[in-house]
This record gives sequence, structure tokens and C-alpha cells, in this order.
Amino acid sequence: MRTLRVLLDKELRQFVRSPFLPKLVLLFPLVVMLVIPWVTTMDVRHIDVAVVDSDRSSASERLVRKIAASDCFTLRGTFDRYDAALAALDEGAADVVVEVPDGFGRSAAGGPAERVRISANGVNAVKGSLGMQYLMQTLTQTLSELRADRGLQPLAEPVVVQNRYNPTLEYRFYMIPALMIMLLIMLCGFLPALNLVGEKETGTIEQINVTPVSRLSFTLAKLIPYWVVGFAVLTLAMLLARIVYGLSPAGSLGAVYLAAALFVFTMSGVGVIAANYSSTMQQTMFVMFFFVMIFMMMSGLITPVESMPGWAKTLTRFLPPRYFVGIMRAVYLKGSTVAELRADYAALAVFAVLSNAWAAASYRKRS
Amino acid sequence: MIMRGFMSFVRKETLHILRDPRTMLIVLLMPVIQVLLFGFAMSTEVTDVRVAVVAPHRTEGVRQAVRRIAANPCFTLRGYVDGTQIDAVLRSGEADAVAVFAADYDRRMNALELGEAAGEAVQLVFDASNTNTASAGAGYLQSVLTADVRSGPLPETRLLYNPQMKSSYNFVPGIMGMIFMLICAMMTSVSIVREKETGTMEVLLVSPVRPLRIVAAKMVPYFLLSCFNLATIPLLARCVLEVPLSGNLAGIACLSLLYLLLALAFGLLISTFADKQATALLISGMLLLMPVVMLSGLAFPIENMPRILRVVSCAVPTRWYIEAVRKLMIEGLPFAAVMKEVAILAAMTAVLTAAAIRKFNDKLE
Amino acid sequence: MNDPILSVRELSKKFGGFTAVDRISFDVARGEIFGFLGANGAGKTTAMRMLCGLSYPTSGSGTVAGCDVMRESERIKRRIGYMSQRFSLYDDLTVLENIRLYGGIYGLSRRRILRRAVEILRRLDFRSESRTLVGALPLGWKQKLAFSVATLHRPELVFLDEPTGGVDPITRRQFWELIYEAAAGGTTVFVTTHYMDEAEYCSRVSVMVDGRIRALGTPAALKKQYAVATMDEVFRTLARGAKRSE
Repeated sequence: MRTLRVLLDKELRQFVRSPFLPKLVLLFPLVVMLVIPWVTTMDVRHIDVAVVDSDRSSASERLVRKIAASDCFTLRGTFDRYDAALAALDEGAADVVVEVPDGFGRSAAGGPAERVRISANGVNAVKGSLGMQYLMQTLTQTLSELRADRGLQPLAEPVVVQNRYNPTLEYRFYMIPALMIMLLIMLCGFLPALNLVGEKETGTIEQINVTPVSRLSFTLAKLIPYWVVGFAVLTLAMLLARIVYGLSPAGSLGAVYLAAALFVFTMSGVGVIAANYSSTMQQTMFVMFFFVMIFMMMSGLITPVESMPGWAKTLTRFLPPRYFVGIMRAVYLKGSTVAELRADYAALAVFAVLSNAWAAASYRKRS
Repeated sequence: MIMRGFMSFVRKETLHILRDPRTMLIVLLMPVIQVLLFGFAMSTEVTDVRVAVVAPHRTEGVRQAVRRIAANPCFTLRGYVDGTQIDAVLRSGEADAVAVFAADYDRRMNALELGEAAGEAVQLVFDASNTNTASAGAGYLQSVLTADVRSGPLPETRLLYNPQMKSSYNFVPGIMGMIFMLICAMMTSVSIVREKETGTMEVLLVSPVRPLRIVAAKMVPYFLLSCFNLATIPLLARCVLEVPLSGNLAGIACLSLLYLLLALAFGLLISTFADKQATALLISGMLLLMPVVMLSGLAFPIENMPRILRVVSCAVPTRWYIEAVRKLMIEGLPFAAVMKEVAILAAMTAVLTAAAIRKFNDKLE
Repeated sequence: MNDPILSVRELSKKFGGFTAVDRISFDVARGEIFGFLGANGAGKTTAMRMLCGLSYPTSGSGTVAGCDVMRESERIKRRIGYMSQRFSLYDDLTVLENIRLYGGIYGLSRRRILRRAVEILRRLDFRSESRTLVGALPLGWKQKLAFSVATLHRPELVFLDEPTGGVDPITRRQFWELIYEAAAGGTTVFVTTHYMDEAEYCSRVSVMVDGRIRALGTPAALKKQYAVATMDEVFRTLARGAKRSE
């Protein structure tokens, strides 16, 4: 215990004295949390709309005018035939095609009539589906107005949608928990790895290796500071999310911190493993970089896991952050409990144990 | 004589790389693996929405609607649940949406067909914590549920997937831009700072070869490595993944070479700031990562950003590279269409190189 | 020799097909200053690393401070001190912080660490530098500090791997005074060096050539055996036959 305290004292002093690290640990989360959420807004504007008007009535004109007047849409033209509009969509000139059927005017006047058809480009699903939603709203509004003009009651929609947990579909709220995870991946993964391999390169680790310090205390002394850093960064990020974006976790803080603890253990263990198997900083960094990139890009942080092809989905099962991403979003937005997410927590716990056991086993005092 | 000095440095750098097979393997394989992995795994298509059903009366109409959901490849039916379970099902993540059928679903649907006012027949409760799934899934599920209704206020909607099989490599340009930037900047900055740290840089600097040539010599092998990566990626994409490679390949190659130079210059610049390998690595591997992923339009469209960030994104070289490659590779435009991007990238390369050289020479004095 | 502090028999280390240390056997008596000589690449550092528990012997046996080199490396570490070729104290910690760190690692009590720190600082005339970062010290000072830290816990045996490499003659002289003081205090010193004048200061020396110990004895006995006037000549006579060198 005493040895551990002495080693921790050393790590702390070195950390504080480093010209770069304290700044990094403070400023990096600050900048990421203040800037990046603005980048990830998906309030799509300028959706390019192509209209196929087969009705050519005053009612359909009213709809087209309404679309053209909206901030959300840019009217790319009215076409006679669907093929022509579809070609425009293929070329990327339009994101959504709206087909107004012959008889739209009649339906607006109260009689049963054919439905308007909206086709959106699914390649950019966000843009396509949001465009679709906006158009549906515009259409419902136009129809109600038309019916109201004739003194008719507006028709109820047969299918209504209730968006629970994030009713305004604020994309930022979806991304903020993910950004916190990115911070933890980078800080708690890279920093211990660099620290450890740095001692290898300067040779100071050899002086430690001829002392009776146990592998466990040495590894722990390397990891604990970054666990603390991880929690501090997470807390800072959560405070910022609350103050700047008004987002607080819907679930319990305990659930957030429990998952964060398991994840931070895992990541720092991965960092130590990478360092233990490399002799130079360059090797460590490349190995870490490889994994960090896979963690960032494949665990659902940036694009959802559900959208990945089957082989990629299988691969994500072996990525610890995938579980953490799921937990953080569920706890933060839906208020899920540990019991509800027990499978994800269990997976994270397994990763935490495995990576730390491996980290401790791969540190050799003797060659 | 001068050339020979230069070449001997190039040879030295090449030997460094060859003698460390682990690093070489990583540097050769990593970009290729990552571009292919991310390029084909990343997608924003909503293709698998898990739906649970609440139905007080399982009438024929309800069962028919549920069968339609189950038959649709975009949805996975998670079975019937009790009306009190909606929240629990969504919160535990067992389903992304719950379709709640009204008790008199059949009657309401019939009224709708006749153009009569009737209440809602189905309520879709979506887990909107995943906004993407919620917005795309809602539209799609609505249209599936009303597919055989011929009339009514609700439009028929559909998402057209892959009109030209583009989505499978929609992310490839972005991933290429990201990986090349990070790896090249990382490799050069680290290899230069490493020599600073071990003191071998001093030995090189007292040699009769001019400092700039020494640095240039360090960059040559990495440039060649990157060229190898650049060639491998499309080749593998074509042969292994059978992606139709359309567009101006020569144009993409030229553009990428320019971009590689830019990334190497970036690395050189970083190396003049950093005294320690760790610092160089953190700057090039971590600090650079954020703008390159977030502000380049790789995953998040630049047009949606607030004005100030749109301005900032103009300073991110990756943004221009991605735009140009998208034009060439996905839209199949001729090289003339990307002259603006090429000019910007060339200017950036020139400025970065000049700044790096200046800073490098300053440090020598 | 009664109760040697270090005793090895047929100790070998192979790296693949290359035998770095080839079946060496020798004893070191308590209180000795044992010079471990050899050309570059002769296998000195490898042998020393095995004795310190940093490297597994391929074969052979031995005891260091009463512990088995094969199985009890962690127990050995409690009883020895080690100073490596490369300066390996923490550059970004101060003189005092380094002393405190290693004192803590060897389990010295707080009071004892403080007492030793004062002793060391006074002995090295470092009092004004106790709060200086070690990285800012001149090389000679660093080496003296490294030695003091290696003997901080008053080990039974201290291993010094080329401790005076690159150090000026005056500091070298001062360094050897430190070694004598440690030996007088009961610490056995095991030292490698390339300076033959230093070899003359040792109680006994061994000379390694191509992984084997080719000569062992007091400097006087060795000079007599090879019929030469200086250790320098002894070394040259032996090293001439070496097949490997750096």
C-alpha cells in the first residue's frame, strides 16, 4: 500500500509538471463539448424537393406554393412525370420527390381520394427521412387549411407518431453522450499507453524493475491517475452538457458512473496492453491509434450500429465502447436502469476484467 | 554530390522503416484495413427497426397489419406486449418502437377510407433517443401500416435505397481523407521528433547536407508508403468487395497525391512544435482527429453547421479533399469540376510547407 | 571463500542461436569491490542483468545475497541496488522527489528517508539543489545522485553498470570515493568499467571475452600472471583474441 502511495505521488507530480498534459486534459473536453455538438445538428435545411403535379388544381398549387415558401425546402421544379423527377433524385439534384395524384383537389374538398406519395432518397437517411417528415407536416397543414376553407373538420391522421424521450428529435442530444465517450476513449486510452512506453524509452522503467515493486502496484500507479482523469473529464462534460445544452441524464447518475467506471477500466487496460507489447512510442501509438479509430468509427458513436452490414455488426460485439455507447444513450435520454441494461453492463464488466488481467499479465519485469 | 547526400538519407530512412517490421506492417496495413472497414461498415441507412405491438383486440385487420410489418425487411417484429410494458420495452432497448393499435382499429380504418372523420387507428411510440431511427422509421412504418389504404390525408411515403448502389461507399471519400491525413501527419512528425529526442538530429544537422534536405529525405519513404496505400485501397475495393469503381481514377490519384503532400507538410509543421514524441503523437493522433472527423463533412454535413463553424471548416484541408473526391468518385464529374478544390489544397500545401520550413529553420538558430 | 555474497555456476544466456554469456562461474566475497571488465559486446551487461533479476538465465545456477537467481529474483531485488548504463532517474522530478520515491519503494520509513536524504545532499554538496529538476543537472552530478539513490536503502550488494561513462576525471575520482565509502559501510560493489585505472582500484577483477570469463584475480596477481606493468596491458592481451566486438 505504501509503495502504491509513493508511486502515485510520483505520477501525480510528473503529470502536473508536464507542460502539455494538464492543458490537454482540461481544454480538450472543454473544446469538444462546446464546439462539436453544434457540428452535429441534423436540423436539415435546404432539402431539395421535386414535385410531380398530376392534379394541377388550385389545391395542388397551394401545396406547391407552401413547399416553396418554407425555409426547410428548396423547390427544384415541377415535373410532369415521375421518371423525370426520379432522374433528378438520382443525379442528386433532389432529395425528395412529391407526387400529387390526379384528384388531390377533390380529396381536399372532402371526398375520398388518392393519397399523395412522397419518395425520399434513403442514402442520406437523415436528410431523406427528415425531409419526409417535414413534408408530411406541410401536407397535413395544407389539407386542414383547405378543409377549413370549406367549413369542414380536419381529418384525423390514421397513424400518429409519438416520439418519446426526445420529442423534438434533437440530434444534438443523441450525440452529446457519444461525445463524452469519445473523450474517454482518447484520454483514458492514449495517455496511460504513452506514459508507460515513455518510461520504457527513457529507461526509467529498468530502474523500477530492479526494485522489489510488484507488477500490480506499478501498473495500478500508472492507471489510477487516468481513472481519476476519466471521471473528472466525464463530470466536466456532464456539467457542460447541462449548463450549455440543458441536457441532464434522465436516469441515475450512479448508472452513468458505473458504466463509465467499467469502461475507463477497460480502456486504460487496453492502453497498458498496447504499451507492454511495444518497445517504442511509435509502435504503441500506431497500435493504439488503430484500435481507437475502430472504437470511434465502429461502435455506433458516429453512425448507428443498426445501420451496419451484418459482418460489421458481428464485429461490434467485440468492441467494448459499443456497449458503453448503448448504455450512455439509454441512461442519458431514456432513463434506463442498470437492471434493464444488465446485459450491456455485464459485457462491459467482462471486458474490464479481461483487459486488466491481460494488462497485468503482460507486464514483465524480467526478459 | 548533393543528390547523393540526399539519397543516402532517403536510404537511411527507408532502412529505419524496413528494420522495424512491426511498424511497417502497421503502416502498410492499417490505412487499408481502416478505409475498407469503415468505408463499408459506416452507413446512416435505417435498415433494421425492431417493433413491438400492443393490440387489445387481435382482429383480422390488426393481424394483417402486423403481418405486413413482419414481412417487411426493414422491420423486425418483437412480438406482442402488454400496454403497460411500452416504456419498459423501449427503455431496455428490446424494441425501437411500439405500435399501439386502437381497440376499434378496424372501424376507424374503414371510416378513413370513406373520408369520414375518425380517431387515430394506430399510435406509434418511438424511442426517439435515436433520432435517426425514429425519424426514418416513423415515416416508413406509417407507410407500411397504411399501404392498402387508397385514400386519406396521410401521404404514402417510401425511402428509396441505393438508387445507384452509392451508399455502400458513400463514406469512402471521407474515410480516405481522414486516414491519410492522420497517418501521414503522425508518421512524419513522430519520426522527426524522435530524432530530436534521441539526439541523432544534431548529428544529421552537422553533416554537409542542408537541413531541409534531411527533412525532405525523411518524408520520401513515407510518401512512397502512402502511395502504396493509395493504390491498394481501390484495388482491394474493386477485387475483394466488388465495388463498381466509377469516375476519374487518374483524377482521384492526382488529387490524392497532392493531399498526401499536404498531410506530410502538416506532419513536418507539427514536428517543429513538439519536443517530445508523446506530444507530437497527441497532437497528430488526437487533436487533429476531432476537426478531421467532425468539421470535414465526413459524417456531419457542413451545410447544417452554424455559420462560424462553416467558416472554420474551410480551414480543414480534409473538407476540400472529401468534396473533391465525392465529386470525382460518386458524382462522376470530370477533373475540371474540382479545380477549385485542387487550387485550395495546393495553396494550403504551399502555405503549410513554407510555414514548416520557416519554423524549422528558426529552431536551428 | 567463506559465505560469498554472490556465487554463480555455469550461468548462460542465449538469444536465439547467439550465446551472449557462456557458462560463467565465479564468486564475490562480502565487502569486496569486484571489477567486472570486458570489451563492448563481451556480455557484461547481459550477465549483470541476469544477476539483478532483469533477465532470465538460459541455464546454470547461482545465488545473489543468499537468494536463487532462477527462482527468487524478487527477493534478490530487495537486497541489492542497481545503477544502469543509461541515466534512469526521473528527469521531471526534483532531486529530493527522486530520493523520496526510491526510499518509499524500498519501504524505508519516512523519518529514515529524510535522514538519508539529508545525508546524501550533504555528502554530495547538493543542498542548494534539492529542489532542482534532475533533468537540469550536469551529467557528473546526475551519476553521483544515481549512485546515492541506488545505495539509498543500504543494500548488501550494489551493481554499477559503467557508472562513470562520459564523466570528467575529477568527478570520476569523486565517484570512486563514494564507492569506497559504500564498501567501507559494508556494501559489496559489483562494477563494470572501461577505465583501466578504475580497475586498479578494485579488490578483484574478472575479464570477460566473448561471453566467457578469461581471467579472475586481484589486479596485482593478474599483472604478475601476464607479466605486464598495468591493467591496461592485461586487458589488451586478453581482448586481442576476441572474436566479437561492437
